[in-house]
Amino acid sequence: MYDVSELRKGLKVEIDGVPYMITEFSFMKPGKGQAVYSCKMKSLLNGVTTVRNYRSGDKVDQPQMEHKKLQFSYMDGDSYVFIDSNYEQVSLSKEVLGTARFFMKEDLPIEVMYHNGRPIEVSLPTFIERAVISTEPGARGNTATNVFKPATLEGGYEMQVPLFINVGDVLVIDTRTGEYSERVGKK
Amino acid sequence: MLPNPDILVFRARVVAAMRSFFDSRGYVEVETPVRIPAPALELHIDAETSGERYLRTSPELDMKCLLGQGMPRVYQVGPCFRHGERGRLHQPEFTMAEWYALGLDYRGLLAETRDLVVSIVVRLESWCPGCTAVSGIDWHKPWDLLTVAEVYRRHAGWDPCCRYDADRFDLDMVSRIEPALPRDRGVVLMDYPVEAAALARCRAGDPPVAERWELYLGGIEIANAYGELTDAVEQRRRFAETAEARRAAGRPVYPTDERFLAMLDAGLPACSGIALGLDRLVMVLAGTDSVQSVRAFCP
Repeated sequence: MYDVSELRKGLKVEIDGVPYMITEFSFMKPGKGQAVYSCKMKSLLNGVTTVRNYRSGDKVDQPQMEHKKLQFSYMDGDSYVFIDSNYEQVSLSKEVLGTARFFMKEDLPIEVMYHNGRPIEVSLPTFIERAVISTEPGARGNTATNVFKPATLEGGYEMQVPLFINVGDVLVIDTRTGEYSERVGKK
Repeated sequence: MLPNPDILVFRARVVAAMRSFFDSRGYVEVETPVRIPAPALELHIDAETSGERYLRTSPELDMKCLLGQGMPRVYQVGPCFRHGERGRLHQPEFTMAEWYALGLDYRGLLAETRDLVVSIVVRLESWCPGCTAVSGIDWHKPWDLLTVAEVYRRHAGWDPCCRYDADRFDLDMVSRIEPALPRDRGVVLMDYPVEAAALARCRAGDPPVAERWELYLGGIEIANAYGELTDAVEQRRRFAETAEARRAAGRPVYPTDERFLAMLDAGLPACSGIALGLDRLVMVLAGTDSVQSVRAFCP
């Protein structure tokens, strides 16, 4: 249990069995009145945002979370099969993986957060390198990094890249935003 | 927004303008103890302890004792402390400006407070023309005077002066009333429910109301003023009631300031007083978005 005075942005809480992440937190108090702790929070199950107001002395549940480190092994039909630290196989569906599924490659390490045994959040390494498999030919000499065109990477991920990028270029992708970070070479 | 060293110069100018205004109106600057034996009992204000004593949450009781000793007009600018209050508009250690005047009623105090704010703006503008425009407030517009009953009826759909509900009153204040107040000019909420009088005197009527007003600038609570309660019997009753409510809520109960009550027993003439959050005033004048941004350090 958290006391409301411990709440802050980024903290995970549980309400009616649903885990939430606090995305905005504000302490409000009329000079002579009681404090109101206002939390905007996002459900970790379906992403829906809600606002809750608490008063001094209120308590909020702490979700039971378990983190697992997994390594991608192979695909089995629609499932993605991983190996955990005890060399046990764990499968995750494409719904759980979301866009992370496009980056699956043998031995890729990921971290999965489980809530009551249910996988709810997948984190990839922050930076991942992948080659471009299709895009319009690069505009030679155009080094602007603020004008973009679509490209597809190995694994099928589609993203916006600067105009000078060509098929075969290896890019660094920031997995927190899913956006282009830099070009590191050619395949 | 001014960078930090500039903002401290700006802040010093605000304080200098304030002192000069008080001087011109016959107020005497006083310093009362920061570390005190008996902080004023309020249901929702917790004091920081300091050894056997407490850090003041406001210099209110000491300043009224000075009025009781015959000083007609006193002001003070200094640190106050409130336990557990931290946010964009709260810092556990903050600076309060308070002033008290004998023979002035709460409406007279309101007129004088407006003169103070305008005189601060005029002084700042003569020092650095245009510097208060970033606030987005038209400082020379008249202030909107709204009764609490009126704003609650309009924005929250009920009248707390007729049927008071403490939880709903505070929650609606921050979630419905304050966000709906005009931000381009000063706004004053006045005549509070008698249950929310704190140390204000009440005025008979249907319904009766407390002679209390609050100033909002840019939608932010800046100052709280009272036609002061001078009735010793009623004050004793309110302290006892608040002590009981604090005990019931499991919050620390501070000793009652008997010296203050004895002063009321001896007789305090009609007076009014106000507490103004200096950090918030500077923040609004400078157009920044937190009290932390206008303080030198915020440990």
